[in-house]
This record gives sequence, C-alpha cells and structure tokens, in this order.
Amino acid sequence: MSHTNWPLYEVFIRSRSGLSHRHAGSLHAADDDMALDHARDTYTRRMEGVSIWVVRSDRIVASDPAETAALFEPAEDKIYRHPTFYEIPDGVENL
Amino acid sequence: MYTQGLDQQGKPEQEKQRRPAESEAELRAFQRRCDAEEKIEAKDWMPEAYRRTLVRQISQHAHSEIIGMQPEGNWLTRAPSLKRKVILLAKVQDEAGHGLYLYSAAETLGVSRDKMVDDLLSGKAKYSSIFNYATLTWADIGAIGWLVDGAAIMNQVPLCRCSYGPYARAMVRVCKEESFHQRQGFDIMHVLCSGSEAQKAMAQDALNRWWWPSLMMFGPSDKDSEHSAQSMAWKIKRFSNDELRQKFVDATVPQAEFLGLRVPDDDLHFNEATGHYEFGDIDWQEFYDVLAGNGPCNRERLAKRQKAHDDGAWVREAARAYAAKHAVQEAA
Repeated sequence: MSHTNWPLYEVFIRSRSGLSHRHAGSLHAADDDMALDHARDTYTRRMEGVSIWVVRSDRIVASDPAETAALFEPAEDKIYRHPTFYEIPDGVENL
Repeated sequence: MYTQGLDQQGKPEQEKQRRPAESEAELRAFQRRCDAEEKIEAKDWMPEAYRRTLVRQISQHAHSEIIGMQPEGNWLTRAPSLKRKVILLAKVQDEAGHGLYLYSAAETLGVSRDKMVDDLLSGKAKYSSIFNYATLTWADIGAIGWLVDGAAIMNQVPLCRCSYGPYARAMVRVCKEESFHQRQGFDIMHVLCSGSEAQKAMAQDALNRWWWPSLMMFGPSDKDSEHSAQSMAWKIKRFSNDELRQKFVDATVPQAEFLGLRVPDDDLHFNEATGHYEFGDIDWQEFYDVLAGNGPCNRERLAKRQKAHDDGAWVREAARAYAAKHAVQEAA
C-alpha cells in the first residue's frame, strides 16, 4: 500500500480584513503551494476567509501543557497590572 | 455526515488495561476537569481509554464521511438538472471536507492518517451502517439529505460540546455545513411530492427504504449500549442513543406529514400524554448484519474506496517527487 507521508500543516484564516488570522485546522500536503490550495478547498468553501496562512506543524514551537502552571505563575500575583486594582475616589472622572 | 453509536463495537483486545502510569489521582483530576466542563486539548494528560475511545469514534466518523460520498456520487452524472447537479457536487465535496476535518482531529490524538486509511481499507475500522444501502432512484438523494443528514444533525449538534477540543471544533464547522445538506434533501422531496403521481410514489418508495436504516443510525438501544455511560461521564456523549432517536422521530414525522408521505411503521402514533411519537420495534438483526459486512453494498463500497486509493497512488507519488525536487532547487 502506498503511503503519503506528506507533512502536516496548520491552517490560519483571516475571515475579513481588520481581524487577525485564526487557527482553522490542519491538513497534509506535499509542499507549501499544495498546502495553500488544500487549505482553500478544505477551509474556505463558503467564503470564510480573505487570507490564508499555512505553516508546517513541525515548525511551530509550543509551550508544554505539563508546565502550564509554572509558565504562567509569574503573572498570577501581579494583580496591580489590572486597572481594577486601584481605588478611585468618588467624584473623580475620566480616569 | 455521521458517526453512529458504534463506540460499543470496540474489540476486546483494544480494551487493554490502563497504563500502570495512570494513578488514581490523575484519573480523578481528569474527571474533575470533565465535570467542570473544561475542554481537553491535544497535549493535555488524558486516560489512555479516553484517547482510545476518541480515536475510534472520530476515525469512524471520518470514514463515514468518506464512504458517504459514494451513495450520493452515484447520482452526480444523472442529476435531473444542472442546478441539482451543482448542488449535489457541493454536498459531496462537503462530505470530503468533513472527512478531512475529522481525520485531522483524530490525528491530534497521536494516530497517523495512514494508519486510519489502512484500517478502513482492511475492513478493521467501521463506518456508519447507513452507507451500505444503495441509492436506487433520484428520490434517494432527497431521502438521504432529509433523513440521514437530519439524523446526523441530531447527533452532531451535541458533539459540538464534546469535552475534547479538537473534535468539538471540527463538529462546529461540520454542523454549520450540515443544515444546507438537510434542507437540500427536503427540497428534493418537496418538489417530488408536489409533482406527478409517479414522482410522489418515487418519494414514498425512498422513505420506505430509508426510514428504518435512519433510525438505526443512532446505534443500539441504551440497554444494549455498553460504553455509553463512560462516554457520558467523560462528556464525549451528551445524550443517549435512544434520546437522540426519539428527538429525530419527533422532529421528522410532522415533516413527512407535511410532504403527504406515510412513515412505514404501523405502530407509529403520537402519545398526547408524553408529547412524543411512539414507534415500532427496530430490526436490530439487520443492523448487526450490515455492520458485520453483510449489508447490500458493503463490499462494493470498500472495493470502490480501495480502487480510488490505488488509482490515486501515482498522483501522491508525483506530488512527493515534485516537492522533493523543488526542495533541492531551493536549497541550492
């Protein structure tokens, strides 16, 4: 049986200008051009996009879910980074 | 198009004991995440049995979409008008797309596309029993859209809230496209039922042949569905097979009445007290026979898929050779 072994690509679609590209899914393709063609046929059959990015999945560097707690812990106790941390006296406006 | 309650078809040898590495604490923590309606993502820790259940269900679902192109593809060249032909082409293309979304979702669980394709072609993997029935007339295309896609929607809408993120996201996309499928099917039936006596008879004949297989799509009755409880606890499944089947019957019978068609079930009646339709017994032997490979078209479906796979081999080879050649040129 012939096997494809085509690499996996991740597909990102900009649904309309003004919005950022968003992950739509993934697909297999022999090369970058084919990945773009397949992305169009697979993920934009109903005008879901005005722009497509494809990137080989193995080129993506991702954080490790097992390390999530440690990775994001430094931000956890810095509540003073949020505006709601500060008490505004009555009568003060436009702040 | 559809996955049915096939998850109970898992072979015993697949039900290996859980990895020794899975501690009670890990399993409890995982269940807490499910109970809290947290989504599980691809790289998150999950019980091996959860992964296996999902691989089986999602790949069966993907195979169903791919095989499901065949009964409808049978009428592409014989659609009664150019309009019907382009609509059917779009629908069959959607089924291919649904198969691809689902294969991708399954791959996030660590199973390769090639392995899934091999399992389909070797007959090891199952697909929905409904696609082993023949499409004898144009009205069958109407009945498939109306009933088979209608049943699929009943099952798939709750899957949009499945605990496994990649599957849930794929289902959102599928469901958006599925309602076009159901409506185009009903439209075909409606036009036939507004036509000549012969056309209406053709629609009735299609309903007669597709009604019971459509009810079987929801899988065995709850009392015979072994794995349902675990899938419910893991929030993979939200409603039982029988609950979904009842919803489908309640939604569909009034549509048949609107069309002026008779549902082929002498026991069918509306229960005023419960507000539900009660229907006759399903022939489960037929369901198991079809699943076991002895339906009207099982061999034909797999043979055709195998041929398409083989006929496409040179294209895959050529694409790979082209990509390799250009990779070398770019590097130079």
